Amino acid sequence: MTATQIRVRDPKARKPWTPSQIVLTLLGVAVSVVFMAPLAWALFTSLKSETEAVAVPTHWLPKDWTTQAWKAIFETGNITNWFVNSVVVSVCVTAVVLLVSSLAGYGFARTEFRGKKPLMGLVMAGLMISPAVLGVPLFTTVQQMGMVDTYWGMILPQCAPAAMVYILYKFFQGIPRELEEAAFIDGAGRWRVFFTIVLPLSRPSLAAVGIFTFIASWNNFLWPYMVTNNPDLMTMPNGIATVMNSYGIQWAQLMAGGLMAGLPLIIVFVFFQRQIVAGVAHTGLAGQ
Amino acid sequence: MTTSAQTVFAPARAKTAAGTATVRRKQGFQHGGWFVAPFLTLFALFVIWPLLRGAYLSFTNANISGEGTSFVGLDNYREALKDPLMWDTLGHSAYFTLLVVPCITVLAFFLAMLAHHIERGKWLWRLCFFAPFLLPSTVAANLWQWLFNPGTGMINHVFGLETPWLSDKSYAMLAVVICTLWWTVGFSFLLYLAALQGIPDHLYEAAKLDGANAWHRMVHITLPMLRNITGLVVALQILASLQVFDQAVVMMDFTPGPEESTRTIVQYALEEGFTSYRVGYASAISIIFFVIIASVAVARMWLLRKREEGVR
Repeated sequence: MTATQIRVRDPKARKPWTPSQIVLTLLGVAVSVVFMAPLAWALFTSLKSETEAVAVPTHWLPKDWTTQAWKAIFETGNITNWFVNSVVVSVCVTAVVLLVSSLAGYGFARTEFRGKKPLMGLVMAGLMISPAVLGVPLFTTVQQMGMVDTYWGMILPQCAPAAMVYILYKFFQGIPRELEEAAFIDGAGRWRVFFTIVLPLSRPSLAAVGIFTFIASWNNFLWPYMVTNNPDLMTMPNGIATVMNSYGIQWAQLMAGGLMAGLPLIIVFVFFQRQIVAGVAHTGLAGQ
Repeated sequence: MTTSAQTVFAPARAKTAAGTATVRRKQGFQHGGWFVAPFLTLFALFVIWPLLRGAYLSFTNANISGEGTSFVGLDNYREALKDPLMWDTLGHSAYFTLLVVPCITVLAFFLAMLAHHIERGKWLWRLCFFAPFLLPSTVAANLWQWLFNPGTGMINHVFGLETPWLSDKSYAMLAVVICTLWWTVGFSFLLYLAALQGIPDHLYEAAKLDGANAWHRMVHITLPMLRNITGLVVALQILASLQVFDQAVVMMDFTPGPEESTRTIVQYALEEGFTSYRVGYASAISIIFFVIIASVAVARMWLLRKREEGVR
């Protein structure tokens, strides 16, 4: 007992392989292989020639490894365009959402104003409304504003997620009032308190909101699909699904394009996974 | 700005008279209003207004150009309730939801238990189980369309089958479900994992001292502690699954699937609006669908409140 305790304290010491750990690890490896197999299949397909990709019987590894499909998507497709559009749209959406939802979350959690309760109720009701539910009326609204086939039309309708306001509202409610009141007595105004005290304290929650907004926006298919028909304005998921599919599917190219679309987020996750998991815990999502 | 906040706020803290309370509220109103204004503007323009507009359009025969619109009363709703296609598509969405929700909940719990209890390489398990969720829906759908391809796909090859996954009515939706499980389980997995990490260790240590084995610890500690998160996972999954659109549409090459078996309610509303140009009718279907979604959400809130009261 004492021996293990001492060993646990040494950060370099590795935990022993108990029989149950061996079984669990093997199970984990098996499940992971199943989970990763489709991605491996995509990668291998993208390294085959188009004729080899559709050869029967099918096989995992390319017989002739070639980067032909990868070259082709950069040379013939609009993929770089779509990539830039995705970056512009997702970064703008994330920035706007972080700004407006942190302000609103704070406003609802910590300030008083007339009509606060009904407005909060309205926002909560908004949790149920997504472009999937009201796609057609949302489209006609955006059309009336003259924003079809524009960046504005793609970005702005994604910038009012009630869920993010709710998450931040819950978080701000948990910050001790004493912290703010001390600052008020020292003469700071609401805005200063918000930017210098409240926001720095909320970094984990803001990170979670930002990351989830970015993922959702980067991967959003339905809204850009409705609002733009112009191949030059399409985002990655959109362009791949509609343009690359439209002239007879070239599987090797399609898989290469798909991996291009998925890769940025997977890299982000590799670096930020600790924050993401902690963020899920912090946002109170897990505790509801 | 700073001085006025000081002078207004300091007396409000010091005294309790009714007059100072008004001062405090007034000050709070000015600032509080500005805090929520930017969000509320966007929210009003892109959520509330389309909802109201949809409600209005659903009583008209509007087309996509907006010309020649006239009021038709409840005609759209009458037609929708008698429309076999509307009920079919609603049935497809419900069938999809019934298949996905239980499977994803169990699978997410299983994966989270694995990732939580294996001591080595935690980051690797997290990455493996969560990575599919990071792909755009269209990419996941294309990938599985390719895997399910009867002749050249890997699924039939690996399992020695000759199933016409995407062209047979009885398998098509199942294929969409399998794709969805693989693609979205990561999100629920992460919620479960965070919840598992939040269970205090001392509960398990106490149980071990009392001689509880691994099974007992799971049934008497882990599962009860995870009840709330399970409720959340199920609720979020129901709402998301009812709104399924992307995977089904992309896997079937933007068609309604074999014998229209994968056309969901969202797809139907969009087709009526954008392909048949019947904006009024599409809005009526959207409003009916909104009422269904809202009922699910309200039912969940009601259940939660009932349970909280039960605890007290």
